[in-house]
This record gives sequence, structure tokens and C-alpha cells, in this order.
Amino acid sequence: MSIPDDASPHPPGARSGLLDRHISFLEALRAAGLPVSLAEDLDAVAVLTALPWDDRAVVREGYAAAVVKRHAQRATFDALFDLYFPRLVGDGSTRLDGGEGPDGPDGSDSPDSSTQDADERPVVPGSRDNAEALRDFRERLEAAMAAGDEEQLARLAAEAVGRFGAMPGRGPGLSSWSAYTALQRVAPGEIVERLVQGLLAEGRGEEEAQRAAGQRVGDFTRRVEADARRRIGEEKGADHVARTALRPTIDRLDFLQMRRSDLEQMRREIYPLARRLATRLTQEHHAQRRGPLDFRRTVRASVSTGGVPLTTHHKPKRPHRSELVVLCDVSGSVANFAQFTLLLVFALREQFTKVRAFTFIDHIHEVTHHFKPGADVVDVMADLAASASHAALWGRTNYGRAIDKFAEQHADAIGPRTSLLVLGDARSNYSDLALDTLADLAGQCRHAWWLNPEHRRHWDTGDSAASRYAEVVPMVECRNLTQLSELVHDLL
Amino acid sequence: MTWFSSPTDAADRLGATGYLTDAATATTTYLAGALEKPLLIEGPAGVGKTELAKAVARANGAELVRLQCYEGLDEARALYEWNYKKQLLRIQASQGTDASWDETHDDIFTDEFLLTRPLLTAIRREEPTVLLIDEVDKTDVEVEGLLLEVLSDFQVTIPEMGTVAAVRRPFVVLTSNATRELSEAVKRRCLYLHLDYPDSEREREIVVSQVPGLEEAVATQLVAMVARLRELELKKAPSIAESVDWARTLIALEISDLDDAAVNATLGVVLKHVSDQERAVKELRLDRAGR
Repeated sequence: MSIPDDASPHPPGARSGLLDRHISFLEALRAAGLPVSLAEDLDAVAVLTALPWDDRAVVREGYAAAVVKRHAQRATFDALFDLYFPRLVGDGSTRLDGGEGPDGPDGSDSPDSSTQDADERPVVPGSRDNAEALRDFRERLEAAMAAGDEEQLARLAAEAVGRFGAMPGRGPGLSSWSAYTALQRVAPGEIVERLVQGLLAEGRGEEEAQRAAGQRVGDFTRRVEADARRRIGEEKGADHVARTALRPTIDRLDFLQMRRSDLEQMRREIYPLARRLATRLTQEHHAQRRGPLDFRRTVRASVSTGGVPLTTHHKPKRPHRSELVVLCDVSGSVANFAQFTLLLVFALREQFTKVRAFTFIDHIHEVTHHFKPGADVVDVMADLAASASHAALWGRTNYGRAIDKFAEQHADAIGPRTSLLVLGDARSNYSDLALDTLADLAGQCRHAWWLNPEHRRHWDTGDSAASRYAEVVPMVECRNLTQLSELVHDLL
Repeated sequence: MTWFSSPTDAADRLGATGYLTDAATATTTYLAGALEKPLLIEGPAGVGKTELAKAVARANGAELVRLQCYEGLDEARALYEWNYKKQLLRIQASQGTDASWDETHDDIFTDEFLLTRPLLTAIRREEPTVLLIDEVDKTDVEVEGLLLEVLSDFQVTIPEMGTVAAVRRPFVVLTSNATRELSEAVKRRCLYLHLDYPDSEREREIVVSQVPGLEEAVATQLVAMVARLRELELKKAPSIAESVDWARTLIALEISDLDDAAVNATLGVVLKHVSDQERAVKELRLDRAGR
């Protein structure tokens, strides 16, 4: 209570629970990785006093404007906001029966959503899970998804958790809610097929309809998960849920723990990321580019100021660019990581004089030709996946053999201006490691790096030869987009 | 002065000048005015970031002062500069007279020899002003340091003259394409708004309002097609500006039905990479042979 005491022309009601809730909300944001400073805290309070409170969307946007300063963090913010300032309490219907009364711990529950609840949901609050209810629910869900009715979907998600996701406990406070159970019962996956048919009838392409339907079902899944979080938060406290049930933002998500939907999102991130990196690099190079004084130009420029050299001119420095050779483990466990790193490196092609890429499992295979300038991301990914089969002769990861083969067949790729980049988890199925060959290769080039997508604490466990390779080539942990972009930046 | 009296007021008055907002934009714009905080807008190119600043100026009858950022922008271009040549002339002219050096010195560092650049201009203006700092991500990091004083205290310090504080706080809008991460210090001083592609309903309204003479049916087709294009994995997704261009093209070509052939013939207006066009043709099953 001590902090904003002096900063608050609060409305009278705000002193009650709202301030505490506000502070614990900010703490949850900080814990989730958003750098919310005290200045932003005070801004948020100012925002809340300046805004009318009759529309939840307005309050949410105002809050976001004050505390979220990076778009990637918006998803985390929204999840936490729903948790700390829930859209409705419980089923949202008990309140309607029990008359009007101040609702919600924060009072930000918008009146319009509850009135819509009333006329759209003629469901008796007591009605429970049974086959008929399920059939009825699925029909309504399908209709809402086909129409893309956001309001209705939000209500249905709440209903799904309330009816099909309840896990009654043995005592008060022990009951809980499960998005998993709800989704198992409702099985929105089965609706996909019918959704696709509907979209095809609208004249969409096959592939596109599939994707759109998948996306809508994915959205619904997310809503159900959010609603389960909300209900659990209501019973066990929002802090508890914020600590345990939130996923990190996409740029901090581990390569090795990605879901399919994450992969798509990542792919969209790659080009903007490469562009950001390239801009940053050019700017940094520019900053260092001021060369020696260009005497002639300086004197000529001074003529207009009566011989006083007000502006000095400098000779530009010659840019120096390096070549890059990437060796990439594409075996199943690290394939995602390898693909993203390859894509990123190739998106940064202009920064290097020359880039060559090789993939391996137990045999080396050059993939440079897949990355034509201006090539399509989707095609490149497909080609890369197809070429993984060339990289395996026996099918088990074997770093030693791959390195030997590389030295044998592609030794010309390595030169004094080359940077060598090895990507992989260094798990070589207890085979020979070819340490000497790798040391030779590393000795011939300017820099050599090894990027390992595994957490440092997993190195050297099982068949990992991380530290033995690390003695030959400096090895760095690279588990998410943030680390990856830092590394690529240092590399250049 | 108050810029807007409520989020709804902001939405209405911006709408009246031809800028259609959504809830987030209206709320944040209102807050920026009410709290007198700079507003940082990020988002993909062509979604109306700069346009918003212009609309705020139009809605309030304020003057728009624009600082276009670029690589190598420096203090002299952003804040102020002394007019050296004129100062030299002044010194040379005073050599014949018996004015002392002190007098001359005092003389050459006055308003007469000061070239004000956008930031200083915006602060010194007494009338309502919207200060637009465009594409702030294009500048070097040092310029951000320069902005800090302006953004937090609305003042500029000129060593020879002292501190110039704002008579009237301007409405400050910073735009960025997020090609570079801005420093925490700048972000902390701003309210933040991420502008994204609009939903189809709003986009249709925008296109119709921007392009008179466009039939509703075609507008609906066009917006649906643009939305489908944005769902594909493209290098550069079409922006609002490109939807509007497309609508204008259709009017110019007198196309009243956006069928596959029409899309095919005019795809170059919205997609500007060869690979993007190929992808669109493939995914939307357009018949390229008919071209």
C-alpha cells in the first residue's frame, strides 16, 4: 500500500481491493518477463483515473498502453489481464439470478457482456454434462465458428469449461477445472472437417480452408485454456496460476519444446527478425565507419565559410565481410532448431560475401542451392525437410563420420576468411567424435562456433559429447530466438 | 487545452476527419492527450501510423510539425543549429567598427542567428501543435538520448541561451516500424500502441471512405481477398495503403467484379515481391496462363 500513496487522486472506491490487485498484477507481469518500471506503474494508475470504467475493452487497452511496450508481450499481458481482471465471475449466470450486486473483485466487468449473457444463454444454471447437452453444445459451437462470432465463442468457451471441464473435489476449495477434460469431451478437432466443408463452399482453396479451420479451432482451444485459468485463479488465487500455468513469449520459447502452432508463428518472425538484425548491423558498422580525414574535400568545403573548416569530411572505410559455412545436424530431435537457424542465416545473406550450408545426420549434404535469393519460405522449408533424407545413409546421428566426410569432400569451403558454425546437440550415439578433424577445420578458419539448443544442464548427460567438442570449438547455449539473434549478431 | 474529452470523443472526431479508429487506437490517443504523454506507435508499414498523427492535428485544428528520422540524423538537424555563416559575416562586419569583442559575442548568440529545427520549433510554438517524430527506429541510438529531454520535460537546453521550456505542451507522436528495438528509456516515457491490420469490417469502411465511387460489393470482395492474402506466408503482407491503391486501380480500370481474372491482372498493385505473387497464385489457384 505504500507506493502510490502520494501519486493518487484515486476515486474513493479504488483504495479497497483494486490497488492491491493492481500491484499484484504488475508483479505477475514482471515475473512473466515484462520490464514494468515504477514510472509505468504510476502511468497505469494515472490511466485508470483518466478512463471511464464502463467498458472493459477500454480499460484493458489503456492498461496495455501504459505497461506493455513490446508487441510480442501483448499475449502474455492479455492472459494475465484476464486472470487478474476476469471477464466474469464463476459461470456469470448465478449473478443474474441473484439480482444485481456489485460484481467482480474489481468492478470492471462490463454490464453489456452480462446482459448479452442473459439473452443469448437460456441455459438453466443447474444443467450439467450429459450427451444431449454435449450435442447441443457442439452444434452451437460449430455455428459460432462458421460465423466467426467472437462474442459467442468467448461465451461458449466459458460454458465448455463450466459444464464439461469441472473436476469436483472432495471438499470446499479442492474442486478444480480442467481445460484438457473440457476439450476431450467437446473434441473441437472433430468439427474441423465440417468447418472445412463450409469454407470450401464459400469458394476458398482446399489448403487455405484447412488452415483457416485449424486456426479457428486453435483460437477456441486457447480461449478454453484461458477460461480454465480464470476459474482456477478464482479459487486458488491469480498469483498461483500466473506462476504455474503461463507459457513464455515466442522469442523466449525453447526450440526443442515447440508446438505446431508455435512453429508457424516462428516462421513469421524470421524475416522481421532478420531485417531487424540487418538494420542494427548496418547502423553499427556505420557508426564505426568514419575513416581518416579527407583533406581535399574538407578544404574545398571550407571555401564557402571563408576558409574556416567548419565541417570535416572523412574517407569511408572499406567494409569487410566474411564467409560463412554452416554445418547443421538435421536429425529429428534438433530439426526445428536447425531449420530456423539456417533460415535466419540465409535471411542475413547480404551481410556475408558467401554462405554455404551443409546438413548432416551421418552423411554430409550441401543445401546451399535451396536458398535462392527471394525464395519462398514455405518452399525452402519443404525442400530442407526433403533433403534431410540425403543426409542419412544409416539413419543414426554420427557426428564423427559427418565431420570426416565434410573434411574429405568439402575442404575447399574452409579458408582463412571463413566463419564456421556448427549447429547440433552433440549427441552422437557413442560413436567416434573425429575431434582431431574438427580441430583441424577450426584451425583453418577465422572463427568457429558451436550452437547447442540444449539447456546447459543437459550437456554431457547420456550420449552428449558437448564438453569434449567444446574443448575444440567454443560452444554456446542457444535455446530460443532471443539467444539466437544475439549470437548471430556477435558472429558478424 | 484538452485534446479529446473521452475515448468515444476521440473516435468520433478522428472519424470525422476521415480516420477510422478501433477501440485500442481511440483509447490510447485519448490517453496521450489527457495525460500529456508522448505516444509511441509501432506496427507494420502502411497501417496508418503517420496518418493518425495527421488526423489528430486535423481534428484539433493544430499545426503538424514533422521530424522525419533517418540514419545520421543529428542534433543540428533535429533540435537547432547556429547559423555560422551569418555569424561569421556579423563578426567580419563588426571589425571596422569599434564594438568590443564582448558585445559582438553577445550579439551573435541571439535568436537572430538561431536556426530552429523541428523539435525546438514544436516546443516554442504557442498555438496547439502536434509533433510527429516519424520512423524513430531509423535513427542512431544517440538521437534517442537527445529525445529524452524533450519527451520527459518538454524542454531543450541551448548552452549559449539557456533552457527553452514548452509554453504549451505539444501532442507528441513517435512512429516506428520496429526495425530496431528502441531503448527502454524512451519507451518508459511513452504510451505504447501497436497498430495492426484492421479487421475486415473496419478495413471495408476505410477503403470505401477513401475511394469514392467504389461499389459496396466490390469493396467487400476486395477486403476479403486482402484478408486472404494476409493469411498466406508472404514476405510483405498487403497494407491498408495497398488495399486503397487496389481499389483505386479497380476504379481506373472500370472493373466492377473482382473475379480471378481481375485479381490476376492487378495483383502487382498489392504484392510487390515475385515470390509473393507466385505463392498467391498457387494458394488461391488463380490461373496465371490466362495472363
